[in-house]
Amino acid sequence: MTVSGVPQGMPRVGMDPHFAYLLRLGDDNLVVAQRLGEWISRGPDLEEDIALGNIALDHLGVARNLLTRAGEVEGRGRDEDDLAMQRTEREFLNLILCEQPNGDFAQTIARQFFLDAWQVPLWEALSSSTDTQLAGIAQKAVKEARYHLRHSETWLVRLGDGTDESHRRMQAGVDRLWRYTGEMFLVDEVDEEAVASGLGVEPVGLRPRWDETVGAAFGRAGLELPTDEYVRAGGRRGFHGEHLGHLLADLQWMQRTYPGMSW
Amino acid sequence: MSAVKVDARRVAASVEDPELPFVTIEELGILREVETDADGGVTVTVTPTYSGCPATEVIRDSIVAALGAAGFHEVRVDTVLSPAWTTDDITPEGRRKLEEGGIAPPRDLAAVAGQPILCPRCRSDSARTVSEYGSTACKALMVCESCGEPFDHFKEI
Repeated sequence: MTVSGVPQGMPRVGMDPHFAYLLRLGDDNLVVAQRLGEWISRGPDLEEDIALGNIALDHLGVARNLLTRAGEVEGRGRDEDDLAMQRTEREFLNLILCEQPNGDFAQTIARQFFLDAWQVPLWEALSSSTDTQLAGIAQKAVKEARYHLRHSETWLVRLGDGTDESHRRMQAGVDRLWRYTGEMFLVDEVDEEAVASGLGVEPVGLRPRWDETVGAAFGRAGLELPTDEYVRAGGRRGFHGEHLGHLLADLQWMQRTYPGMSW
Repeated sequence: MSAVKVDARRVAASVEDPELPFVTIEELGILREVETDADGGVTVTVTPTYSGCPATEVIRDSIVAALGAAGFHEVRVDTVLSPAWTTDDITPEGRRKLEEGGIAPPRDLAAVAGQPILCPRCRSDSARTVSEYGSTACKALMVCESCGEPFDHFKEI
């Protein structure tokens, strides 16, 4: 496996691992919620427009809960809004997969499917976290994630097993995003400490379930599993691709322009 | 239970869900607890249906307003996530009202596989899913193959 994106000899993550662990999961959900929200009023049909908006809302709700908890753990008085609106790109710790542009509908479905197939076993495992707040958030999120997966898997199969054009686009979508999926299963000192304290799960432990879900759906969809072993990573340490900054500019513009404003 | 506590509970329980105004928060099963203290303060504990349900904040304000109108001015609303809300928490009366309102109620979680979703208008069991996500995250959009009417189904969760 070739891993890129984490510079050689990088220092340890310079923050409390409990805080970092929550921030990573919160940022995954915040960033993907923002991406899905970009579909609103642009969906391929009315039902999908509404579906993507509702899924975005679920992720946003999970992000709010996680960032609120992260702020409590950090103990510096930052709340969910401070963490969402006043951190810079380098301070965001989401998976690079989550910030990938929507592309066409097939590419959005590919991104969502890869994420959902990972989040279902992730939330199941975190439902028994020693951080009881995190456990509560996970117990709620897993119910929602199962519906997300049902939705994205249905579309992956429908498009993959559809017309020549839908198949071509679905294959292109999964091929394009494949290199970002490996980051979900990488381990660093934050994960090691989270496993040791019972806060979190071992990322590699989620791999068999993910492989199984992806393999089965690809089979039914008639899609080819990419064989590229290159892994693009770095998001968990704040090293992102070119897209996150633009996403944050959109997300944070109002609070950057009028700090602390509310309505 | 003191008369004051019963009263506060009754007022909080009567608050309607903003997106399903024919069902109360008690019938939806999202009202967890109502506590009163010696100084007349009330603490209401609720749980959200979905993590991102936008109705949660409106419900919080409605509880404060309803209790305020009933003379309770020190009201705190706490939100708890655990144990996670499930559609099994919806009361029989809540289910009846959902169906009356044109929404197919959720089936018992344990019986989802063997139980068909009935069209709330003609009671036919031949509905098909149009979209897993309807007007809100908690509902799927269905259409009845028998009477041809579209309807919402409250998804089991």
